[in-house]
Amino acid sequence: MKRTLAAVLAALPGLALAGPDPADWDAVLEEARGQTVYWNAWGGSTNTNAFIAWVGARVAEDYGVTVEHVKLADTADAVSRVLAERTAGQDAGGAIDLVWINGENFAAMKENDLLFGPFAEDLPNWQYVDVEGKPVTVDFTVPTEGFESPWATAQVVFMYDSADMAPLPSMQAILDWAEANPGRFTYPQPPDFLGSTFLKQALYGVVEDPGVLLAPADQADYAAVTAPLWDYVEALTPHLWREGRAYPQSGPRQLQLIADDEIDLAISFSPGEASAAIANFQLPDTVRTFVPDGGTIGNASFVAIPYNASAKAGAMVVANFLLSPEAQARALDPEILGYGTVLDMEKLPAEARARFEGIELGIATLSPDELGPALPEPHPTWMERIERDWIDRYGVAE
Amino acid sequence: MRPARALARGAVRAPLPRVRMLPAVPLLTVGLLTLPVGAGLVGTALPAFGVMPALGRAEPGLDAFRALADWPGLGPAMRLSVVTGLAATAVSLAVTMLIVASWSGTRVFAAIRRALAPLLSVPHAAAAFGIAFLIAPSGWLLRALSPWATGFERPPDWLVVQDPQGLALIAGLVAKEVPFLLLMSIAALGQTDERRALTVARSLGYGREGAWFRTVFPRLYRQIRLPVYVVLAYSMTVVDVAAILGPNTPATLSVQIVRWMNDPDLALRLQAAAGAVVQLLLVVAALGLWRLAEAALAGIGRAWVRSGRRGPRGPWLPALSLALAGLSATAVLAGLALLALWSVAALWSFPQAWPDALTLRSWARHGPELVDLLLTTGAIAGLSALIALLLAIGCLEAEERYGLRIGRGGLWLLYAPLIVPQVAFLPGLQAALLWSGAQSGIWAVTAAHLVFVFPYVFLSLGDPWRAWDRRLGTAARGLGAGPEGVLWRVRLPMLLAPLLTAFAVGFAVSVGQYLPTLLVGGGRVATVTTEAVALAAGGDRRAIGVHALAQTAAALLPFALALAVPRLVWRNRRGMQHG
Repeated sequence: MKRTLAAVLAALPGLALAGPDPADWDAVLEEARGQTVYWNAWGGSTNTNAFIAWVGARVAEDYGVTVEHVKLADTADAVSRVLAERTAGQDAGGAIDLVWINGENFAAMKENDLLFGPFAEDLPNWQYVDVEGKPVTVDFTVPTEGFESPWATAQVVFMYDSADMAPLPSMQAILDWAEANPGRFTYPQPPDFLGSTFLKQALYGVVEDPGVLLAPADQADYAAVTAPLWDYVEALTPHLWREGRAYPQSGPRQLQLIADDEIDLAISFSPGEASAAIANFQLPDTVRTFVPDGGTIGNASFVAIPYNASAKAGAMVVANFLLSPEAQARALDPEILGYGTVLDMEKLPAEARARFEGIELGIATLSPDELGPALPEPHPTWMERIERDWIDRYGVAE
Repeated sequence: MRPARALARGAVRAPLPRVRMLPAVPLLTVGLLTLPVGAGLVGTALPAFGVMPALGRAEPGLDAFRALADWPGLGPAMRLSVVTGLAATAVSLAVTMLIVASWSGTRVFAAIRRALAPLLSVPHAAAAFGIAFLIAPSGWLLRALSPWATGFERPPDWLVVQDPQGLALIAGLVAKEVPFLLLMSIAALGQTDERRALTVARSLGYGREGAWFRTVFPRLYRQIRLPVYVVLAYSMTVVDVAAILGPNTPATLSVQIVRWMNDPDLALRLQAAAGAVVQLLLVVAALGLWRLAEAALAGIGRAWVRSGRRGPRGPWLPALSLALAGLSATAVLAGLALLALWSVAALWSFPQAWPDALTLRSWARHGPELVDLLLTTGAIAGLSALIALLLAIGCLEAEERYGLRIGRGGLWLLYAPLIVPQVAFLPGLQAALLWSGAQSGIWAVTAAHLVFVFPYVFLSLGDPWRAWDRRLGTAARGLGAGPEGVLWRVRLPMLLAPLLTAFAVGFAVSVGQYLPTLLVGGGRVATVTTEAVALAAGGDRRAIGVHALAQTAAALLPFALALAVPRLVWRNRRGMQHG
């Protein structure tokens, strides 16, 4: 269905790059001064909201750009908005200037020509970005091609309450533990992003050859590849919280469940989340994190600019500021956000590097060595099909 | 509407030029309120039948409905919508009627009436959160009892909230709809001639409740029928409460529609539109079913009255109704109090009944942004409630002077925004607004709120307006006052309390709007409600506590003023003290 959609959209007249040229950065700065950037970002986390407010204050100070955080319950709301605007023929002066986006939404917007760019690789701070070591040029196997700019990295970790259990070495160990401790583990309900990530992590844990996951799912024997995953989920579900008859609806909701002592184990896509939550009284200070052997999925968070944004120059200034050592170091601080940096420490000048060295990562945060290698995100088609199958099997079970 | 009749009444004194618009107000109002709903429905129906040019679809077809039918959760989701909607409405109505039957006219009833304003002003989402925390296995009730009474060191793995039968959802809806139906019943009681009917029936040997249900209930129900339909449609299609208290495997149909609308796979938007059409039909079918049940119950009731039996009676009836009223009020208020406690809590883990320590950290964190949010919320709510009040006065006065009574059909149209599910017409309305080139922003949001605010204001003001003793107008005319003088110098001042109450109801309705603010504002208009629901996704009880309290305060303040101002203004008029 989506494929035909893409074909039809591709046949529409292409939208040429209209707007400021990021290569001429002085002109961008000049145009940006006085602009208001409506940044659409998920508003469910108080920590990120506070960080975005800080970014707004800093770019107002340095560049005269005002940032308005439009807090979304779901990033797809922003995609809907841009789509509704194009339906109505509003090809300029759109309501959204910058959007915090993840793989699936980015793929949808890029496929449908709803994005401005390429701009990311022309940003002045791009020179510091760790292009080789961090997943910044590929988002869920879709090449970013400069249509979105990275600002944080993330990697799957499991949060556990050390008062009740010990770290577990593999996905199989998680299943064994859940069988022995029924009702003490759950994951957000797919298609929630984090819930789907748990399924993909489980798939990595049981699949024979992970290589097939990087190509579209229809190029592999989908049923055979995912069969061990469904065996796993089938065995796990009766031992989940509420016997799998109800699920938390988002990642942060799991924090509340751990704090309420309803569960002992939960998945997180941010290695620093647990430390930050402990500092905010959202988790008991006995919570720690672990990664199973063989590594966990990692990806980057990006910002993108819709094709019809009103303040493209201002949006690029914000995207560039997010890549600055100042913003990256602040995001890394677990007292603030605890997000991984996208910068390469080797490329930074000494005084910029010093900002990072002084940061205490927090009691629940693993060091980069302990985190281990980041596995690449599977091709989005895997996630789509696995989500759909999960919903058919478990999402409407009652 | 009957303009011919207005012409025939030539005796009406020629109105002053500045009010010559008055006869047009009812028509204007109906147009203003139904146009958005109509445009929105068309905007939703087109994609449902396969027409969505932005996705390159222009071929009409039934693919979207086929895709919907292939979703295995469709049957359960539809059943859930219908069952929770009907059950919540039936229970709310029964509890409300029992309370009125046992207590109306007593001192207890006056107290219940005073408690209504705070209960009504607690936004649905906030109430749902509070209730969820009260009854969850790790919630406050079990904390208070653990471990000394239950032996639980850890919360039990009970499926209490988000249960597949939707019982928690029904309970949450009942707790919020009983106050609403009570308010509507109190407003309508004036037209039922309750006291005399009860006196006659009781002199024939019926108990209080028996007499009430035989004589007053049929008259009262006729007056509150539309509000009951509103409750039914609302309970079937509510999104925020169902997402918090309702099940998720699958969710109710309306929650699922919103999820499809938000899916990155844009093709699902057609399926969502098809779902919205099904949801609309489901509401229509449920209303039809309710209507049939009304007729059946009326038949049974008549036979019951004819039978001449004198029951039911006994002290247990008033006790039961008071207990139910108390339970529903306590659930909402205690839930809110607990959210307030969460907003100042440091670590608070199970099974402690109280937090480890108190901290103002959450307030310090959210305080600054709250000020802006409250200003925006107040501006939109104040403006839309004021416009709605002026339109309502215009409609009612036109009815009075020209006999331009909004007919049955017109009334249904006015209630259309409350009965047509929001998910069925708001996405279409968003597209229509963009098409027409209207700027999204605070004005568009205010206009959209007006659509939902007006029916409540009209509903709230209509009955006291009509119940006003016309002989006072006649007396004023006899003393030389024109129709303007009667309106401005006698009627409006005398109706100060209901006018302010209607304004407060409208204000509270506007404060509580989520989907209209989000969709029509294009995400650029943030109110305490959009903020609270966005935070709800994160489940951070401290942040939710702060915003739910701010939201409640915003809605409560006008109610408090509506109570206080008439007392102050009429402190030297004994006859107006109880109005």
